[in-house]
This record gives sequence, structure tokens and C-alpha cells, in this order.
Amino acid sequence: MAILKVNNVTKRFGQVTALAGINLEVNPGEVYGFIGPNGAGKTTTIRILLGILQATSGSVEVFGLDAWRDAVEIHRRIAYVPGDVSLWPNLTGGEVIDFFVRLRGASRKNRREELIERFDLDPTKKCGTYSKGNRQKVALVAAFAADADLYILDEPTSGLDPLMELVFQECIQELKAQGKSVFLSSHILSEVEKLCDRVSIIRQGRIIETGSLKELRHLTRTRVRVETAQSLPDLSSLPGLHDLEEFPGGASFQVDGDQLGPVLQYLSQYQIIALESAPPTLEELFMHHYKGAQ
Amino acid sequence: MNQLFTNTATLARLIWRRDRVQIVLWLLSLIIFTIAVAATFPVLYPEGPEREIIAQTFTNPALISMLGPAYGIHNYHLGAIMAHQMLLFTMVVVAIMNILLTIKHTRRDEELGRIEVIRSLPVGQLATASATMLVLAITNAVLGLAVSLGLGLLGLTGMDWIGSCFFGGALSATGLFFAAAALLFAQLTETSRAALAYSFGFLGLSFLLRAVGDVGSEPLSLLSPLGLVLRAQVYVRNYFWPLGVVFLGAVFLTMLAFRLNTRRDLEAGFVPARPGRSHASPFLSGPLGLVLRLERTTILGWTVGMFILGASYGSIFTDVEDFVHSSELYQQMLPHTAGASVLDQFVAMLLSVLSMLAAVPALLVILKLRAEERAHRMEHLLARAVTRQKIMGSFLGTALVVAVVMQLAGVVGLWASASAVVDDPFALGQALQGALVYLPAIWVLVGLAALLVGAAPKGANLAWFYLGYTFFVSYFGSLLQIPAWMSKLTPWGYIPNVPLEPVRPWTAAAALVLAAALMALGLAGYRRRDIYG
Repeated sequence: MAILKVNNVTKRFGQVTALAGINLEVNPGEVYGFIGPNGAGKTTTIRILLGILQATSGSVEVFGLDAWRDAVEIHRRIAYVPGDVSLWPNLTGGEVIDFFVRLRGASRKNRREELIERFDLDPTKKCGTYSKGNRQKVALVAAFAADADLYILDEPTSGLDPLMELVFQECIQELKAQGKSVFLSSHILSEVEKLCDRVSIIRQGRIIETGSLKELRHLTRTRVRVETAQSLPDLSSLPGLHDLEEFPGGASFQVDGDQLGPVLQYLSQYQIIALESAPPTLEELFMHHYKGAQ
Repeated sequence: MNQLFTNTATLARLIWRRDRVQIVLWLLSLIIFTIAVAATFPVLYPEGPEREIIAQTFTNPALISMLGPAYGIHNYHLGAIMAHQMLLFTMVVVAIMNILLTIKHTRRDEELGRIEVIRSLPVGQLATASATMLVLAITNAVLGLAVSLGLGLLGLTGMDWIGSCFFGGALSATGLFFAAAALLFAQLTETSRAALAYSFGFLGLSFLLRAVGDVGSEPLSLLSPLGLVLRAQVYVRNYFWPLGVVFLGAVFLTMLAFRLNTRRDLEAGFVPARPGRSHASPFLSGPLGLVLRLERTTILGWTVGMFILGASYGSIFTDVEDFVHSSELYQQMLPHTAGASVLDQFVAMLLSVLSMLAAVPALLVILKLRAEERAHRMEHLLARAVTRQKIMGSFLGTALVVAVVMQLAGVVGLWASASAVVDDPFALGQALQGALVYLPAIWVLVGLAALLVGAAPKGANLAWFYLGYTFFVSYFGSLLQIPAWMSKLTPWGYIPNVPLEPVRPWTAAAALVLAAALMALGLAGYRRRDIYG
């Protein structure tokens, strides 16, 4: 039974179609990556999940409840971090965290102090003096201090330094260990790669790819760099090879997933000295999908 | 030294580009309004004995406290009437324009981080401040010139060219002075909100000092820039020195602000920020707690301000009473109930003015709901376990209560200080009744704002125009003899003029029903619509 189910959702703002029939399904205990470039519809999707915007058509169910009608009931079990955190300039970070935790009802007091320490946040400062990263920390502390079943995070690390990003990743892994579900929108692909079980890619209001990273990788290529003792013949005639670059004593190229075996077999005739192969990064995957489109 | 002002002209062009529509609208409405009012005077005040009687009524301290001293009363030509009835009011509006524009382009831009971007370019440290002052200096100069020209061209009796130039000059000098004062406050405070609060507080104080000074002790008026400008006796004596002093004052304040600006860090103020609390008080635990926490300073400041305003007007009751006893004309006009009636008229006018001012903080609170949405802070609440009804209800409830508090503060201030200077002016119960009578009108306005926020959020600020219109009709209703239907377009037009008229329970009930209906519609709309952040 899916914890979050988006069914053929369309959202129009006047003439503009922001989302054109998207489908998503997040299972319990899953960390779900939602990636796409700016303006693809990530934040609109999340606002519909939260019942802040109403879908023009289609249905959104969270915990089996309707996202628009039962918003409050749903939100008791959700924690959310917005992408661009805007806070009240004359309230301190500590006040805002307490306020957010109280709005949800359930609070875990010692968790708050622990998180403030881990994220290295000064809660006595006014939010107006915080940098983007610090405002994000306030929202993250409030979210992680909550005992929720589903965490919806909209580009939560875009202002964090690498050290804090690590803390963030630890927090997500802890949630995962506790069997919580996370819906993580991001365009920091290494982060998604590290954390997510499944991924959806959105472009111009449409989901263009969904699956586990493993599944997605099948769709794409492996980068190979090889050095051989015997000089290589012209490789360009081999099937499934792309971006071929030959240099004295070796070559580097990309190869389609299903052609990797035959190509390596062929190369081994020439006495391989060194072989580097990198799985396709999400970045390459992403580029693969977007280059064609532009 | 010159490095401080590098690229001032370029930045001034940017300010003009950003605000040309706003500035032109301000100027056009001020110029057209001033000239149009003057043009109606020959009809409103035909020459003859009637004008003499009107002149006598204008020596009434109650009116002087609102309009300023009546100069040239023995030869009360149209120029004298114009200066007495219109100059102070127009000066206040010009001051408001200058304050808003100055803060917008200095502290507000700094707060939003825009100045940081600009300062990274080859731009002088004082270029933003000087560009703002440059644009406003030109704006005020154009205003003064156009008004002088327009009034002079009307060529009405008593409105000669010299006087018209003084009228325009008075507006320019006042505008520049308040722009400079706002620039100074923008250096002292760290937020645009605080800078606006200080600037408007200063304007309010100037008005009050002048009100009390004009009626009783002249020196107090000389301390107020508004009072000082009125001492130019425009169209009557045309003294130049008050305008000169105010102009020099503006230059001095500008220099001081420049000096402070060069001495401080970007985005810092001179009132230092202290560390706040690391935990929220138990009070801050829901939307209602948030509204009260956010609007705490506004509510407190306004309560104190309303009390002081009421008390200031209460303190001149004794002058009103003396006037009634000494003025033969009044005794003749109102043989029996002279004393009571003039005081009652004064009270009625004050209650109406106080109630319209009390509507301002109430509107601020309900419109804050929209401002929060625009600042993308509503999603924090909506993404948590809070219903929309509860969110809007908290803002709405606070606005309604704020209206009550403001009304009480103003009227209690009035009553307390009036009782101190006059024996038995009116009973506390009567005063409270006066405060309550206007509540339905304020609530209708709040309801209208709620409807806009709920159903037509983009037009939410129209509520301010509506209040401005109400101000205009009430302030000028009798002076300009505005047709009755125009005053019936606002809820204030239906409220009885207590204590001159009896309370009308059915009117009040109807207003309450209307207010409730508007709020219900607003709530329904807010529940249904998309929230944009």
C-alpha cells in the first residue's frame, strides 16, 4: 500500500500548464528522489501534495487521504522543508523551531537540542540576520525534530556547506533506518544517488522516467577507459560505442549497458594493462534525458 | 570625498525607472486635488457677511487644533481660507509620500540585500542615499512649482502670485524635511518597519505638538516642522523665514544622515540588535500566538499613540470652553445650549477622527495575512496541522479586538485629560459609548479587507484606498460641502454623530450583520483558493 499516490495530476495557472498528468507512488520506508531542473514543476507538485494548491484534475492521496480535503489530518504525520525558507525577521531561530514543533502537536524535546547542536545553529539570533543556509537549518531542525511518517523535503540542502550536507545525509539515513518515508526533491544529483531508493525525473511538467537507480542505469551507458599492451585497431565499428576517444596505448568511450560484455571480451584480446569503468552517474543520466530535449 | 557620491545620477535614474508611475500618480493627485479644491472656493464661500460668520467659527480652538491657526481672519479672503483649510492637510499627505518613498529606496532595499549588489559595483558609499534625496528633491520641487503655478493661474481674489508661490514652497520644504528625517531614521534602525514606525511617529508627534501649540502655547508649535511652516502665514503675510528654517533643517538632517551612513556597516543600524530568546514562550504555540507575537510592537505602539492623541485633544477642552464663553457671536448663534453644543461638536468630530485612525492598525493586522502569503511564510503553517479557518480566524479575531483596544485607548485618553482640565466635560460611560458606536463601521472595513484577502488577494490593498476615501469624505465633508451620497458610500456615513445624535441600535445591528457576512465570505474564499506560498 503506497503512502503517497499521485494519480494523473494536472495543474494549470491560467493559460500555463505547470503539470501535465503526472503520476508518482512512494512506498512506506522508501527514500524517493524527485529530480528535475528549475521550473520543471517540482515545487508545484510538492505544494499540491501539501494541499496548499489544488490540482486542476487528477487525485493525490497521502496515507490514503485526500491531499486537499484532509490536509490537516495528513499534516499531523508529515514534516516539510521548503526550498526557499522565508522566516519572520523579528523572531529568533529558537522561537521559530519551537513554534513549528508545537504546530504539529507532538514534540521531542531532547531531539531539538541535539539537532541544533549537530547543525551548529545559534538559536538566539533573529531570523532576519540568518543566511540562507542558516534559515534552511531552522527548517531542517524543526522537520527532523518532528516525529513524522513522511518527510517532504524541497531542495533542502541548496544553501548548506558540505559539512552540513553530511549531517543532513546522516539524518536521512537515520530516518530510513527507522522505516520512515522521505520524498526528496533535489537537483544535487550526488545526494540523490547516495540516499534514494527510487527516483522520478520530471521535465516541463511531465514525469519522463521513474525507477530504482539500478533500473535507470540499464537504460544508459558505462564510461570505460582502457589501456592495452598491443595497440588497438579502430574501434568505431563496434556496436553500442559512443564518444570514442583514442590515444596512444588506449581509448576511452561510453558503451550501452547491453553491449558492455561483448565489448570487454573484444578488448581482452589486446592484453589489457589498465581498465577503469565508471557506472553512469545520475548526472549523465540526467544530461542524457535533457540534451535530447533541448 | 567625491568618491562617496560616484554614480549618484545613474542610481537616481534607476529609482525613477522603478517608481515613475507611483511618483507621477502621487504628484498628479496632489496637484489636481489642491487646485480643484481652490477652484470650488468662490462657490463655497461667496463674498459677504456670511463669510464673516464663517471666519468667526474658524477661530474656534477645536477647528484650529485640526486645521492650524486662522490667519487673516479680519480680511478673510479666499487665499486665507485656502491656507487655513488646505495647507496643513496637504503638507501631511506630502510628508507621508516622502517618508514612504525614502524608506523604500534606502532601508528597505538594504534589508532586501539589493544595496549589497549595487555596492559591489563602482558606486559611492553614499550614492543610494544621495540618489534617493535627489529624486525626492526634484519630486518636491516639481510639486511646489506646479501647485504655485496652478493656484496663481486661478487668479482668485486674495490668491496672488506671491502667496501661491509660498503655498507651493511650503509643500516643497515640508516634503524635503520629512524625506530627510526618514533618511535619518533609516540610518538609525535596522529594519524598514522600524524606520517607517519612527518616521510616522515623528510625523504624528509634529502634528500633535502643533495642535496643542496652536491652541495654547505658541512655542510648542515652533518646535514642530508642520507648525513652523504654518507660521509663514501663506496668502496673508507671506513670511519667508519659517520656510527657510525648515529648508535648512532638511539640509542639516540630510548631512547628519549622510554622516551616519558613512560610519556604519552595510545592513547595520545604530540601535544594536541584542540576542533574542533561544526558546519560544509558551504563548507562541499556534496561529493566534504568532499573530500576536508578530504584531506585538504594532499593537503596543498604536495603543500608546491613540492614548496620547486622545489626551492631547482632551487637553485643549479648556480653550474650547473659554472660547465659547467669550465669543459673542457664538452666544448669539446658539443662545441656549451654546457651551454644551460646541463642546459636543468637538467631541463628535474627535470621535470620528479617532475611529478612522483606530481602523489603521486593525487593517494592518488583517492585511498581514496577505503580506505573509506574499513573503512565502504561510506555507510553514499550511504544511503543518493547522486548518485554514484557524489561520484566518486568528488574524481576523486579532484585528477585531485590536479595533476595540484602539477605540478604548483613544477615548479613554480623551476623557482622562479632558476631565483634568474641565469640570465635568462628559461622563466616562458616555465616552465609552462613543467608542463603541464606531466599532461596527471599523469591523465592516475589516470584513471588507477579509473578503479581499480571501477572495481577491491581489486587490487586498484596495482596503487602504477605501479607508483613505472615508478619511477624505469625513475630513472635508463639511468644509467642501461634499454631496451627501458620497459620504454614504462608506460605513462611517451611517454612524450617528454621537453625542450630537442619539445612538441608533438598528443601524449598528445592520452594520454588524454586514461585517459578519463579509468575514464569512472571506473565510469561505480563503478555504477554497490556492495559496501562493
